[in-house]
Amino acid sequence: MVTAVAAVRLRDLFAVVMLFGIYSLVSASLFVVMDAVDVAFTEASVGAGVATVFMLGTLSLTTHREKTPIARKPLLSLLVVIITGAALMYGTYDIPHYGDANDPIHHHVAPHYLEDSMEEIGIPNVVSSVLASYRGYDTLGETTVVFTAAIGVLILIGGARRRSKRDDERS
Amino acid sequence: MKHYSVPRLMTKLLLPLILLFALYVQFHGDFGPGGGFQAGVIFAAGFILHALIYGLDQTQRLLPPWVLRIGVSLGVLIYASVGVAGMLLGGAYLDYGVLDSHDPMHGQHLGILLVELGVGITVASVMVTIFYSFAGRGR
Amino acid sequence: MQILGLYNYWIFIVLMMCGFYVVISRGNLVKKLVGLNIFQTSVFILYISMGKITGGTAPILIAGKDVVYSNPVPHVLILTAIVVGIATTSLGLALVVRIHEAYGTIEEDEIHAQSEEESL
Repeated sequence: MVTAVAAVRLRDLFAVVMLFGIYSLVSASLFVVMDAVDVAFTEASVGAGVATVFMLGTLSLTTHREKTPIARKPLLSLLVVIITGAALMYGTYDIPHYGDANDPIHHHVAPHYLEDSMEEIGIPNVVSSVLASYRGYDTLGETTVVFTAAIGVLILIGGARRRSKRDDERS
Repeated sequence: MKHYSVPRLMTKLLLPLILLFALYVQFHGDFGPGGGFQAGVIFAAGFILHALIYGLDQTQRLLPPWVLRIGVSLGVLIYASVGVAGMLLGGAYLDYGVLDSHDPMHGQHLGILLVELGVGITVASVMVTIFYSFAGRGR
Repeated sequence: MQILGLYNYWIFIVLMMCGFYVVISRGNLVKKLVGLNIFQTSVFILYISMGKITGGTAPILIAGKDVVYSNPVPHVLILTAIVVGIATTSLGLALVVRIHEAYGTIEEDEIHAQSEEESL
């Protein structure tokens, strides 16, 4: 949380990106605490590793100094944020407590996955079996999204740099 | 980075270990934490490290962009064709139980392995492709 | 106890609002993307914390033992979401690079000012 707040405050974008990497790593350790080892693994490698490298790449292509905003109203946005946060907090009073085994979420399909996965799929890691087999469609769609993102990035910045139209007009 | 011998040497030492670890994560995902996504990202991170230390040209000689373009589509193709194979063998789309005629459990194993392989190939190629685009743009 | 049991949601809300604040109050496009990522990670924390059961362990089955496992379904959803998140983030960063090439700046205000100048 501290790193997130610091990332909000700082203006030097290099520091912001590095703090974002630290924030990802901290949240990955939080995922381990909450028993989500697969997710923690992914978050540590993706958030703290690759995302930081991509952001640094962008900074090296653009600029690393954030300018002081010209006509921004920080108070207004702070007010909006606080009101939204308060409304959300009010909403949490109806949600089941943290770590409660009687939550409705634990009584729908999860017991089926946990109990029958060994007989039906035969692999111990339930996350893998749900990911690849029970919810194969989701993962197929997700792989397609990643594929599409790669195509998008290639179209946007993949080719050699051409002189943009504006430069031509100016010269 | 040409004149810093310590990072260069450490990269040489670490790179095989990173790639080996990625393969371990890929094929051990059934039993421990891990799977195609993580393996793909770690694999890509190995090549990104190589590019950061030795320069983009060296890495592109090692792993040319056209290989990646093929890899990006090959992964999705493997995933989709596993589904179609299940359909041809008489099951539903993405139903791996029919892949092995004797034991549905073996079929499930095989299906998950292939699907994770497809995911891993796609994710690794996509990450390295995006990195190449960002790095190649700066020149 | 009534109130303390909800602390995971409050952590999530504070983080989410941090991200939200960055997105609406900062004009810098890279910073907006960082804010979006913070927002995204807070949602991950919400999902994962919902799946946690007190005294449970990671959902990797151990043969022959009676253990409580945490709920694997949110883990799968978030695993997918993280990878989609990095893909969309990189696409956004690519757009930022193109915007910088076209306008010479990544500040929202300056881009607006330049577009208005052009339309006049």
